[in-house]
Amino acid sequence: MGVVTESQFHVLAVDDSPFDRKMIERLLQKSSCQVTTVDSGSKALEFLGLRESNESDDPNATSTSPEVEINLIITDYCMPGMTGYDLLKRVKESAAFRSIPVVIMSSENVPARISRCLEEGAEEFFLKPVKLADLTKLKSHMMKPKLKKESEKPAAEVKPEIEEKESSVIEILTLHQELDSEQQEPVLSNNKRKSMEEVISTTDR
Amino acid sequence: MNNVVAQLQRQFHDYLVSLYQQGFLDNQFSELRKLQDDGTPDFVAEVVSLFFEDCSKLINTMSRSLERPENVDFKQVDSGVHQLKGSSSSVGARRVKNVCISFKECCDVQNREGCIRCLQQVDYEYKMLKTKLQDLFNLEQQILQAGGTIPQVDIN
Repeated sequence: MGVVTESQFHVLAVDDSPFDRKMIERLLQKSSCQVTTVDSGSKALEFLGLRESNESDDPNATSTSPEVEINLIITDYCMPGMTGYDLLKRVKESAAFRSIPVVIMSSENVPARISRCLEEGAEEFFLKPVKLADLTKLKSHMMKPKLKKESEKPAAEVKPEIEEKESSVIEILTLHQELDSEQQEPVLSNNKRKSMEEVISTTDR
Repeated sequence: MNNVVAQLQRQFHDYLVSLYQQGFLDNQFSELRKLQDDGTPDFVAEVVSLFFEDCSKLINTMSRSLERPENVDFKQVDSGVHQLKGSSSSVGARRVKNVCISFKECCDVQNREGCIRCLQQVDYEYKMLKTKLQDLFNLEQQILQAGGTIPQVDIN
């Protein structure tokens, strides 16, 4: 395992609009990410190596780039055929890819849509136009899974939370993530319990 | 030589500020400029050009959809407005975006006359912005050719 450097971050961006693809590609490049753009949910699944009808981790599944490790999927919500929500579901249902964070983008601020996506496991929901600051905030949040993979110490997870300036949304998502990972870490350290209590009191408005 | 560059830079600065002040552009345009760097010196020009091409195409299709009063495809018009609103928003084309908001309202109530007026307004606004930005890019080119750098412009 090497050191986590910024240049290793590979993002798969999905949007049916060529204009929006150009925008998100540049935003991601400017945030020091490697980018692959595709114009549909089905192309995204193809790229990942997930056949439409095959959800299992099939070593024989055909894939255009089986060796590519995707660290993040960022997708538009409104797309013909497979929506961003559909893609999110497919990814989260897949044993092989459910750990990849998925971010949804939309030009429309529909609270029901946002909560539906977050409930399905989306990491974040960005309103378009997406800004550089959104991605910077996202990246610091994204480093967590990588840090977690490389060192199983619970204390490592607390640090990124402290770095967040606008912490309420991120804290909610952190709680969501932590609850998901409970089975992997049955023993809660004091640090983790305290941070969870902080999140609960913050959301208690 | 220095004087020429300074003068051009001043012109550029003042012109860009006036575009913001007159409401042609909003903060999103400055977000766009942040994405341009030495490695991608034409990014803003390319994106803006793509946007104007989109405008032209979408206005044409919407115009056709609105043509016959007895058979207006409002669904198609709505789709066009949605796209235009999205891209104008991403580029910081404030006036175009604002017309799209009114345009959508006319579309929602299937007001053909209103839609046609909005279509004409969108056409006018995008062409106006196109001219303004062309002037801005020309100034940029002049600065670069005179050996200067493009000034950062803080609109806050």
